[in-house]
Amino acid sequence: MKFLAKLEKLDRRIIYIIITIAVVLPFFFRMGLPISVSPEVKSVYDFIDGLTPSDCVFISGDYDPQVDAELSPMFDAIVRHCFEKNVKVIVANVFNLQGIGLVEPRLKKLAEEYHKVYGVDYAFLGWKQGFSLLVMGMGENFKKTWETDYYGTRLEDLPITQPIRNYDQIALVVDLTGSGVFGAWITYAYVQYRQKIAAGITAVMAADAYPQLQAGQLIGLLGGLRGAAEYEQLIHHPSLGSVGMEAQSWAHIAIILFIILGNIGYYAAKKNKEK
Amino acid sequence: MFWKKKVPLIIVFIMGFVMALQYFIPSDFSQKFYDTYLDWGIVIGIFGGVLGYFSFFRVHIHKVTKKAPNWQFSLISILCSLLMVVAALLGGRGTGSLFMQLFLYTSAAINATVFSLLAFYISSAAYRAFRARSTQAAALLLAAVIMMLGRVPIGDSISFWTRWGLPSINEISQWILNVPNLAAKRAIILGVGLGSLLMSLKIILGIERTYLGSE
Repeated sequence: MKFLAKLEKLDRRIIYIIITIAVVLPFFFRMGLPISVSPEVKSVYDFIDGLTPSDCVFISGDYDPQVDAELSPMFDAIVRHCFEKNVKVIVANVFNLQGIGLVEPRLKKLAEEYHKVYGVDYAFLGWKQGFSLLVMGMGENFKKTWETDYYGTRLEDLPITQPIRNYDQIALVVDLTGSGVFGAWITYAYVQYRQKIAAGITAVMAADAYPQLQAGQLIGLLGGLRGAAEYEQLIHHPSLGSVGMEAQSWAHIAIILFIILGNIGYYAAKKNKEK
Repeated sequence: MFWKKKVPLIIVFIMGFVMALQYFIPSDFSQKFYDTYLDWGIVIGIFGGVLGYFSFFRVHIHKVTKKAPNWQFSLISILCSLLMVVAALLGGRGTGSLFMQLFLYTSAAINATVFSLLAFYISSAAYRAFRARSTQAAALLLAAVIMMLGRVPIGDSISFWTRWGLPSINEISQWILNVPNLAAKRAIILGVGLGSLLMSLKIILGIERTYLGSE
């Protein structure tokens, strides 16, 4: 009993070492765990899969480096899918300035991989002051709101943005965020302009988006790294999300084991005190 | 008093009602007003950004000149900020530029590293805090374990009972998200929505004045 009671007070260094092993090892020894696809991820996939080359998807990378590991795999998977379907992609960072450095190099790399031409198949707008006002402005006059792309070229001069007047010419807005800003997209783009919106959000924020998902204000949802991994399964391109899922699986198992050990220790210590 | 208190209250009162009216009474005039408001809002936001940057410099220069505690960090903040500005002005902001390299290999790396430490702190905190001390705590613990397993592929792999037609851990976690979580969230959202509506009215009517700051 005394040994079991000791489990209540494990040294935190032991916990840290085991978590490190649980996170790092799966990157070297993969088990290939099957990943089932949830309906909310499938609906985003189905929507984009049904688009034609004349359609345009607007992706807002509203996230910073803290959540890069969760959201960049989503960005990659969605852009890949759009490029495979020859759907036009416009990327911006409406709510987060730091997102520029995270999505711009990825977009360029993916465009090179799929031989896409800048200004024709894709464009990058970067960040501009305005936040929610940009979301509203895009519904009134897209080109007046943004005026130029990230590199200073006027949107009038880019073939991809020339025909875009407002949300009517944008088939889907995908908001990738680690905060609650998807709510602003719903309030200003969905409620006022009935723009179709999908969200890719971190696992801790995912629970917050279910009311909007069930109400139909979001057409679909990618929740956390699992959302990215599910999308990767759907496009048959397992990448960072799928690899990360194994690490996350083992980390979760380790945490659950620690919780069980902690409770065994707690009850053993309680029994010892009663004696 | 007039400029600090009365004028902001008058502006908020007029703008609050005019914006509500333009939303509910669509016309050419209200549309033009809305477009002008969008332009103005962005311009004001830009001035806000410039003001914020000057404020940042003022605070840190003050700390450095007064040799306040930890003034060295203020000096580093100023130098790093200027370095990013100079890097962007000289080498541009695109992929491969010095600006982007500095961002990716210092700022982004530091941010991601600090955030990654959460995994260790959360593991340690979960081990120490998740005790089934009562029925409610046990229910919370059970829900947390189901969610942790349900959000990773291993949850599906260990759900051996699905062969008897029972739901997998993934399906149970999905049910928790779609039913009890959603009910609670929706109640909170409705409450927050009604609260925001009342607060907006109080601000427009000048009843709530804390946003004006203290005397």
